Amino acid sequence: MAHYLLVRLGQALLVLLGIIVLTFLLTYIVPADPARMIAGQSATAETVARIRHELGLDQSLPVQFGRYLSHIVRGDLGRSYAQKVDVGELLRSRLPATVKLMVAGILFELLIGLPAGVAAALRRNTWLDQAVMVGAFLGVSAPQFAVGLMLLYLVAFKLQILPLGGYGSVAHLILPAATLGIAGGGWYARVMRSSVVEVLTQDYVRTARAKGLPPSGVVLKHVLRNAALPVVTMVGLDFGTFMGGVVVVESVFGWPGIGQLAWQAIQIVDIPVIMGVVITSALAIVTGNLLADLVYPLLDPKIRYQ
Amino acid sequence: MRWVVCALVVLSLLLPPAALGQGSKSAVVVTFKDDISTLDPAIGYDWQNWSIIKSLFDGLMDYAPGTTNLVPHLATSFSVSSDGRTYTFKLRGGVKFTNGREVVATDFKYSLERVLNPKTQSPGAGFFGGIKGAKAFQDGKAKDVGGIKVVDASTLQITLDEPNAAFLHTMAINFSHVVPREEVEKAADFGHKPVGTGAFRLKEWVLGQRVVLQRNPDYFLKDRPRTAEIVIQVGVDPSVALLRFQRGEVDILGDGIPPARFVQVMNDAKLKTLVVTGEQLQTGYVTINVQVKPFTDARVRRALNMAIDKTKIVRIINNRATPAGQVLPPLMPGYDKAYKGYAYDPAGARKLLAEAGYPNGFSTVLYANNTDPNPRIAQAIQADLAKIGVRAELKTLAQSTVIEAGGTKGKAPLIWSGGMAWIADYPDPNNFYWPILSCAARGPGSWNWAWYCNERAEKLAKAADALVRPEQAKTRAERYQAMYRLVMADAPWIPIFNERRYTMRSARLSGSVAIFVDPIHIPVHYDEVGVK
Repeated sequence: MAHYLLVRLGQALLVLLGIIVLTFLLTYIVPADPARMIAGQSATAETVARIRHELGLDQSLPVQFGRYLSHIVRGDLGRSYAQKVDVGELLRSRLPATVKLMVAGILFELLIGLPAGVAAALRRNTWLDQAVMVGAFLGVSAPQFAVGLMLLYLVAFKLQILPLGGYGSVAHLILPAATLGIAGGGWYARVMRSSVVEVLTQDYVRTARAKGLPPSGVVLKHVLRNAALPVVTMVGLDFGTFMGGVVVVESVFGWPGIGQLAWQAIQIVDIPVIMGVVITSALAIVTGNLLADLVYPLLDPKIRYQ
Repeated sequence: MRWVVCALVVLSLLLPPAALGQGSKSAVVVTFKDDISTLDPAIGYDWQNWSIIKSLFDGLMDYAPGTTNLVPHLATSFSVSSDGRTYTFKLRGGVKFTNGREVVATDFKYSLERVLNPKTQSPGAGFFGGIKGAKAFQDGKAKDVGGIKVVDASTLQITLDEPNAAFLHTMAINFSHVVPREEVEKAADFGHKPVGTGAFRLKEWVLGQRVVLQRNPDYFLKDRPRTAEIVIQVGVDPSVALLRFQRGEVDILGDGIPPARFVQVMNDAKLKTLVVTGEQLQTGYVTINVQVKPFTDARVRRALNMAIDKTKIVRIINNRATPAGQVLPPLMPGYDKAYKGYAYDPAGARKLLAEAGYPNGFSTVLYANNTDPNPRIAQAIQADLAKIGVRAELKTLAQSTVIEAGGTKGKAPLIWSGGMAWIADYPDPNNFYWPILSCAARGPGSWNWAWYCNERAEKLAKAADALVRPEQAKTRAERYQAMYRLVMADAPWIPIFNERRYTMRSARLSGSVAIFVDPIHIPVHYDEVGVK
């Protein structure tokens, strides 16, 4: 277990370093000059040059990268060009919102996806199965901004049950999380259905039935536990994706997560912020995968830490 | 199902109770999509924070609300020396920063030198480069700027290298607003903990959510501001903002009416009454790079000017603009009412192209910002150019990439300027010349995307800027008109339209209509808005 963990951690660090190098290179070669974006429309070439010098952007790539790396190692993500605030502080101010939306979004996905998938699998090739699959297809393919705006219009504007976007209370969280749940729930339903269908054909399920277990017992004790494995992987992946920010949902609902922060930073080439968000979400994705790998053996003793 | 219950419990622990402090009921609520970057007057330079900073800080000069007329503000009076190079300001007494300290002349010297100091990285440094000794200070050759002199606690004297008729405007822009040294040096990020003399003070700033402004009880203008609290909410999608506006949760749409809902709003009898419209200090134009063949030939550039059907383009944006024929917008002093520009005449354009040696047209590239409605406008321009045989390849890119291409020598033949956030810094005709059309600005990284330079125009502009006395204002405007006619004869631009601002304000707000479409304070003059 300890050895397995060490190897995986080492791999994770390598992936992170690779991502940092790549992103840094990309921001370097992008045909846009941060100094000019800061300097604005009326700045003289001299002002732009001075700002570039102050930011250290006139130094060579290796020097710039070396400096950045040495700061990161000390936990310093630099200062935002536009906001003149530590990137760490910007990220900290937005992480709680992102985490809340992530947890609630995954919860909605599971709440919608799992029961639907299981029901469809147990009632295979009936109208229920088809309805669930059509619903899942619609949920997966509908653009999130359309679903979000529709929910806002119907639930918040017309029915006035929930607030019209914004951040703060549980009520504010429901619609954005539901929007994520509708799209993601479709995936979960499909995966859960095929997984359950597969498990149902296994010998041990037949044995369980044969020894006289009631159907609910078969499903809860034997089928679900085994069928849940791919879902764990998906949750792990979602964990990473959501931590990178869900730009569309965040902007429709005015949710102050890090996706929104990234989007605004990209517009004005605020490189330290872009780097900060990329590193944070890379970290989340790597951690999510690592967690999923660690949870596997708990669910299925056949899988060992290797 | 147990884990679902567990998760719900965890979730409910994660969430705080309903947010408090969203502001009292009387607070005026303004919404924006984008975050507010900084409230440091030396740094903030986008249309969103521009007017918020104006309400937190003050300068020596200001504009009468809803107009472009300069008036003394933190100065009570000023005098100009006979050579037009030295300005002496008498400061208003008893003005206090919100930390309680009284403002003295040294504060103005500090604030201006702070902007000029390269360490500050101020985008506004260029506005004050004409002050005597500024260059030596920036280069580190002088400890202070010799041209800024503190005569006594209430008298400030500023000497320029050359007379500059727009100098008083630079004393009204945010970059010259006065800041207290002790607070700047105390706070690691003054931009998020601003302390000024303004009508409001910062009450609360929740990053990514809201900025709350609170009335400054010690503000030197009596009965201003007219409201106790303004809540600026960020991260609000414009179409969601409109829904909230309709439900009475929002008073002012910071981003204006969302284009997709514009027709619907204008057809709704109830909503229409809440719409306010006004002109802006803005011109949308296409730059023609005079260094790129075949645009080196003025006839080709004129032909392009004649090829564009501007009324059609205005229709694309639901008539939210008026077609433009010259560089300056109508609201700008010096606008030439008599000048009509190039009329739409595709046949004449083709003839002119043939004359220049391009009877079959040519191929070129048109750059444009990729945010709506700019790609649609660029497509209309492309279609019009095709009618005279000019095949323009469209490159719709991110704002920063277009700006970079424009500032790169020989790179972008044509650029549609829309969505690039060009907005006048101050209401003076020279503001449309020096940064974007002058020889002085031409060079890598500048906003002179036409790479235009006419020495005669430059001389005329310089001479006009030396006319600093108030009684010379009329002559100066005429000189500028002559100068811009010269520019238009060279045709480095195709002026397309002057955008009009359409915004909405809730019925409970009071204040003259002009303050909601104030040419300087966007989206509203915060000091002047009140609640009925």
